[in-house]
Amino acid sequence: MGDVYVVAEHLNGELAEMTFEMLVHARGLAGGVGGSVTAVLIGGTDAMAAKLGAADKVIRVAAEADYNPDTYAAGLKAVVDAKKPQVVMAGNTSQGMDLANALSARNNMPMAAACLKVSAAGGNVHAVSQLYGGKMNVTSNLGSGPCVVTVAAGAVSADGGRKDGAPASEDGGKAPAATKLRFKKLIQPEKGDVDITTQDVLVAVGRGIGKKEDIEVAVELADKLKAAVAASRPIIDAGWMPKSRQVGKSGLKVKPKVYLALGISGAPEHLEGMKNSATIIAVNTDKNAPIFDVAHYGLVGDLFDVVEEMMDEL
Amino acid sequence: MKIVVPLNQVPDLVEDLEIADSGKELDFEVLKMKLNEFDDHALEEALQIKESSGGEVTAVAVDGPEVDKVLFTALAKGADKAVKITGANPHADNHTQARVLAGAVGQLGADLVLVGVQSAGDRDGQLGPLLAAYLNWPGVCVVSGLKPEGGKLTFHKEYAGGLMAEFEVDLPAVMGVQAARATPRYAPVSKVRQVQTTAKIESLAAAAAGDVPAASVEKMEPPVKGAGAKMLKSAADIIQVLKEKGVV
Repeated sequence: MGDVYVVAEHLNGELAEMTFEMLVHARGLAGGVGGSVTAVLIGGTDAMAAKLGAADKVIRVAAEADYNPDTYAAGLKAVVDAKKPQVVMAGNTSQGMDLANALSARNNMPMAAACLKVSAAGGNVHAVSQLYGGKMNVTSNLGSGPCVVTVAAGAVSADGGRKDGAPASEDGGKAPAATKLRFKKLIQPEKGDVDITTQDVLVAVGRGIGKKEDIEVAVELADKLKAAVAASRPIIDAGWMPKSRQVGKSGLKVKPKVYLALGISGAPEHLEGMKNSATIIAVNTDKNAPIFDVAHYGLVGDLFDVVEEMMDEL
Repeated sequence: MKIVVPLNQVPDLVEDLEIADSGKELDFEVLKMKLNEFDDHALEEALQIKESSGGEVTAVAVDGPEVDKVLFTALAKGADKAVKITGANPHADNHTQARVLAGAVGQLGADLVLVGVQSAGDRDGQLGPLLAAYLNWPGVCVVSGLKPEGGKLTFHKEYAGGLMAEFEVDLPAVMGVQAARATPRYAPVSKVRQVQTTAKIESLAAAAAGDVPAASVEKMEPPVKGAGAKMLKSAADIIQVLKEKGVV
């Protein structure tokens, strides 16, 4: 008992950054619960296992190389049923959400999602979830029995979890093939007209822009600044801009010299994609918007007024 | 094709969030609530499927403040049926909500359940995959581009960086919808009023949630803020910064 199992995530033939972040979280937690860190690698390769040196052990589960929610969930459940770890950790990601929730419901294990921190005290596991668009942190007590946590991206640096050299390996069997759900193919990201990851200056618009026609306001400013226009998720989901312009968790990670955020509140999913920009300037009507915590410069105001004044001065 | 869409209200995050005296949850009495935007996408996708390939859309919500407004609005947008689940807590954790919904879906019958991929207060997991597990149906999060054909559904699951995978699933299934194929439609107030006078909301008593794993809340608090941004006073200040950074 007391072991921490990390569900190693891989995508497109590579371990995901989240895997290394989880190994950092897991190492700190394993000390608290008095156990070791095991990576569970489902459908992975030898090359992936050779990068999991930050774990004490890797359990290899044979499965199709491309992620299938049903197959991978069944493979994970078999390992957890056999080994009974205290904490199973997955990413608060597209894959991790499928797997963690399924395990929690099927094995009746309490769960905390989107955790910034997971720790142990007095035999109980405690987790701090980042909720309500980053405006509240909620601490849960997951008790002293088996539990599941998903980890929010970017709470720790992945560097501490990158250690080459395969740890001791154990055979975790073969995941039962899914019967009702079939993986068909991977679809690579569409190439947009502009690559926002290589721009020096980005003018990014969020929900505050209000309607599709008004994106033109940002386009005009971007033209003046020789910048490209990017956007947060609600703008993309509404179909107002192509996916190739999306910054954040399900979009692209950008690091321009200057990131001008207009009407973006700064939900954790967005911050994940832009917080490493050299200079961040944010304009928002809500003085409590989380974007002002990561921005270097902030202005509380209506983005249309601000942009109009900027255009007049430029 | 019978499509069930559970609808949840969440705090409007643009407003200040007040913590209740318990220090463990939001003060729902004073909060301004709105439909979870991802649920709005799930409803829109359900209506799009109905309009392109036929079917029946049932909107479901747990009884609570403003629930009639949420359900009448769904009817005004084109849902065929609206069902209010009575005797359950609309602010319960997701495991409990999933149990209650699994009972309702069992009674209503469904080929497809479309749930918003996430909600602002998802402390104990996400509703979609929990519901799928309790129904023992396939469940997939972060999906878009749904195409039903016969008893099957093809869809895209979105990963980071714009990468997606295409899957095919035998129905019934639960999908956590990221985005509908079109901007969620708007129902004018006049239309909602008209529906209120002609349509009826059905009631369904909640089945007992039974045993769910509990992770108790210890405390809720706003994050500790760092130094934060240097606050500027005007657009001219922004231009000054841009000049310093060599942009203009």
